[in-house]
Amino acid sequence: MTDATLAPARAPAQNWSRIALRWLLFTLLGLFALFYLMPLFVMITTSLKSLEEIRTGSLIAFPREVTFDAWRTAWSEACTGIQCEGLRPFFWNSVVIAVPAVAISTMLGAANGYVIAQWRFRGANLIFSLMLFGCFIPFQVVLLPMARMLGLMGLAGSIPGLIFVHVIYGIGFTTLFFRNFYVTIPQDLVKAAKVDGAGFFRIFWSIFLPLSLPIIVVTVIWQFTQIWNDFLFGVSFSQAGTQPVTVALNNIVNSTTGVKEYNVDMAAAIIAALPTLLVYAVAGKYFIRGLTAGSVKG
Amino acid sequence: MSQWLERHIPKMVLAPSFAAVLVFVYGFIIWTAWVSLTRSRLLPKYEIEGFIQYERLFAAPRWDTAMSNLFVFGTLFIVISMVLGLMLAILLDQKIRTEGVLRTIYLYPMALSLIVTGTAWKWIMNPGLGLEAMVRGWGFENFTFDWVINPDKAIYAVVIAGVWQASGFVMALFLAGLRGVDGEIIKAAQVDGIPAWRIYTAIIIPSMAPIFLSAFIVLAHLAIKSFDLVIALTGGGPGYATDLPATYMYTMAFSRGDIGQAASSAMVMMAVVFAIIVPYLYSELRAKHD
Repeated sequence: MTDATLAPARAPAQNWSRIALRWLLFTLLGLFALFYLMPLFVMITTSLKSLEEIRTGSLIAFPREVTFDAWRTAWSEACTGIQCEGLRPFFWNSVVIAVPAVAISTMLGAANGYVIAQWRFRGANLIFSLMLFGCFIPFQVVLLPMARMLGLMGLAGSIPGLIFVHVIYGIGFTTLFFRNFYVTIPQDLVKAAKVDGAGFFRIFWSIFLPLSLPIIVVTVIWQFTQIWNDFLFGVSFSQAGTQPVTVALNNIVNSTTGVKEYNVDMAAAIIAALPTLLVYAVAGKYFIRGLTAGSVKG
Repeated sequence: MSQWLERHIPKMVLAPSFAAVLVFVYGFIIWTAWVSLTRSRLLPKYEIEGFIQYERLFAAPRWDTAMSNLFVFGTLFIVISMVLGLMLAILLDQKIRTEGVLRTIYLYPMALSLIVTGTAWKWIMNPGLGLEAMVRGWGFENFTFDWVINPDKAIYAVVIAGVWQASGFVMALFLAGLRGVDGEIIKAAQVDGIPAWRIYTAIIIPSMAPIFLSAFIVLAHLAIKSFDLVIALTGGGPGYATDLPATYMYTMAFSRGDIGQAASSAMVMMAVVFAIIVPYLYSELRAKHD
């Protein structure tokens, strides 16, 4: 399906218009590339300028003098409310939240998906539908009771509380991923293994898990991105010391006291974005697969 | 005994997750629905009083703004993202050597947190130092681009940032769809001498109807859940000019201490989501069974 194959050159006159079209095509593609890259470019260059240069220079100018002061401030000195320790402690909060939440929800999803896809029993489809449905609720509808529940459990405002919330609302998606993957594995495999005397867990460990690497990668990337980028749960269920990096970033940017340090804001935004950007750069293919699988169908 | 165990282990493995979903999704929805029918303020009350919260909600000018913002934002966000995404996909589908690089560039915003996106665009659209100042610096003294602080335009600023974030994802969906169209039909059309644009409009695009539906569902879902972007970009302001139901609910729940309003607004949000998702999921699951 290409211009080249769609409109085979028949005469020199047509060749000329083909070249013009080709130029138009590349111009358009280039302009769009600029549109998508512009904010990243502006963020990076702004973070490397001094405030003085920001005030006198242009938005899209390269920094005349590169300085990393804003990065240092954003990482270890900027104020998020009353605290002035920069993003560092909150960045680690996000790590401490995301790692166990991703691991637990992925393991649960693998076990659930294995049961639903390969050990069908009456009602399994209904259970799957109900779990799937849970992915699509607007989380506003669970915020209030969850706040109370975390209080009752003694987890209010704590990092374990946030891990718990992310695991609970991640199960639907992780189950969906693994179920859709395991459904493609023939059930005869399980039957044959059973004949050989292998049990439920044995079949899972020795047959299914070793096959699962691709879907584990997709699920981990999807969950990591979701949890790292979360703001709603973070802002609702954390307190001063336990906030994730997104909440801290918002507090730095939207603080109303003192001189607005745009370079620090931009450095902070890039720091908060780095882990997911890195994942995207390294494993973009799996990231896209997660996006399309996670958001398209059951 | 061990046979019984062997037979029931699958259910026992699934049970904790299912129980969690029952309590934390369905139980919580019932809790919120219940509270939305009471006079709860700072603390939840459990005596059902009827629909007073909903009456208050629909009478509140701020909720009115939130709902019409959702409509404006949702419509523009969905339409522009779909048009842009489809266009980019078709452009990329023309055997471009740099396709991989361009695809990566168009899609990376999806990896970012909406808080980061909001922060970046807040800076770019800042009238004093951002785009407006830049264009004025080029000599166009009267150029104005103050949407982000203009109560009448601020919601369009949210649209710009939202489209920037999500259109690459729509492009990826459509590109996958374009690649999935049966090559034989296209070849036949080419042999018949049908021009390229007709092949797209008459054969390729209609055959992608399910992908349009998926993209619509995802974008609608994103629009209704939009919270982070508004908080980071405009904080719901100026005033409450860019309030959406999601930010309204949050304000009522956590800064106004009006749990009844928060609960009823959350229920309305859920109703909107369900009106879109339920028919879709139903048809998807049914199609699988047939």
